[in-house]
Amino acid sequence: MTTAFYRRDRSQQPLPLSPGYKSTVLRAPVRPLHALEQTVLEQTGPALGHTPLGPLDHDLIRNAATTGDALGERIYVFGRVLDENARPVPNALIEVWQANAAGRYAHVRDGYLAPLDPNFSGCGRCLSDAEGRYLFRTIKPGPYPWPNNGSDWRPAHIHLSVFGEAFSQRLITQLYFEGDPLIPLCPIVNTIPDKDAVDRLVARLDLRNQEPFDCLAYRFDIVLRGRRQTHFENRTEGL
Amino acid sequence: MNDRLKETPSQTAGPYVHIGTAPQAIGRPALPHQPGPVIESNTGEAIVIEGLIRDGSGTPVRDAMLEIWQADGMGRVGEYGLFARATTDFDTGIFRFQTVRPGQHAEGHAPHVAMLIFARGINIHLHTRMYFPEDRETLTKDPDMRRLEPEAVATLVAAEDGKTEDGLPLYRFDIRLQGENETVFFDI
Ligand SMILES: [Fe+2]
Repeated sequence: MTTAFYRRDRSQQPLPLSPGYKSTVLRAPVRPLHALEQTVLEQTGPALGHTPLGPLDHDLIRNAATTGDALGERIYVFGRVLDENARPVPNALIEVWQANAAGRYAHVRDGYLAPLDPNFSGCGRCLSDAEGRYLFRTIKPGPYPWPNNGSDWRPAHIHLSVFGEAFSQRLITQLYFEGDPLIPLCPIVNTIPDKDAVDRLVARLDLRNQEPFDCLAYRFDIVLRGRRQTHFENRTEGL
Repeated sequence: MNDRLKETPSQTAGPYVHIGTAPQAIGRPALPHQPGPVIESNTGEAIVIEGLIRDGSGTPVRDAMLEIWQADGMGRVGEYGLFARATTDFDTGIFRFQTVRPGQHAEGHAPHVAMLIFARGINIHLHTRMYFPEDRETLTKDPDMRRLEPEAVATLVAAEDGKTEDGLPLYRFDIRLQGENETVFFDI
């Protein structure tokens, strides 16, 4: 049996048209979204998180290494995948991509002058466990310039693509790092009008979960849409 | 009263989305079981869907990633549902899926392919649907389409476009992000 998801709370989401981010000007739809009721199609989704991954998929420091580890500040990124009802989402597939420590992407279209790292592709993925916990290991990406208002600079960020249990939960976002002075200056960050919502995209330094003499740790929790609760479930929770 | 957690905000997938979601587009091998643009299924008739995404100036979007999710040929979703992912060509902007013609998954609803669009300049993915030109009759009674103007419905109906080189029925589905004949995008 499937039940409907809460309607997406657009107040927590970026505005489609955000002129400070030039690419939105010709790509944001002008007409309002058309609201529909869900069918079982949107309440289910592909079981991508039920296929085992490669042993190094979650380790971007090693998964493209040729002569040694990737260069840069070694970090774990970890957290939980929850739904709006605060229930863990197990078997979520998280695909990540990022620039290297110098701020350069290993991508044919990135012409930034900073060097490539022959031991780093910037591509990885991991799954959440039964309690919704996930973890990957990588290097902290560098900030990079991009053509927007002249040369704007992106704060250090990691792109995350998340599949929960249903198509309705699909999410692609970016994770930022606590204390980065470029965050409030970024036109892409500022497409999100709600400051608390922006704050929820900032990963927190978590020294307790470091690997001593090896690797720092940043915590980042992910919240996906949740299913509407039945009255019965509400009553049970109130007891 | 609302003590629910708040959904994590979306951010644009950006121009380098291929690295993490479609490495084959930039000359690297796809990861094991990573979804691509071809769905193999013996539950229905194989078809190909091709199209362009155009921005408000009519220019093809050449850095988008698209995902489809649909019923199988027998109208089954859930564990039988079919999923694929494609990127637009760096030169032409064309995207191309091979799938099977979906069956009807809900009473009264015309068969369709749900489609998500991710790209630079798109801060939160756009959700649209592709319907089939053969189903124009059913569409007039479809509970979702009935409330839309005919011109709006028309933006969601693919065009028959002959056969592919392999003899598969080819459907053309162009998406207009903005402006005249803007595609209908849903909040579902
Ligand atoms: Fe980026």
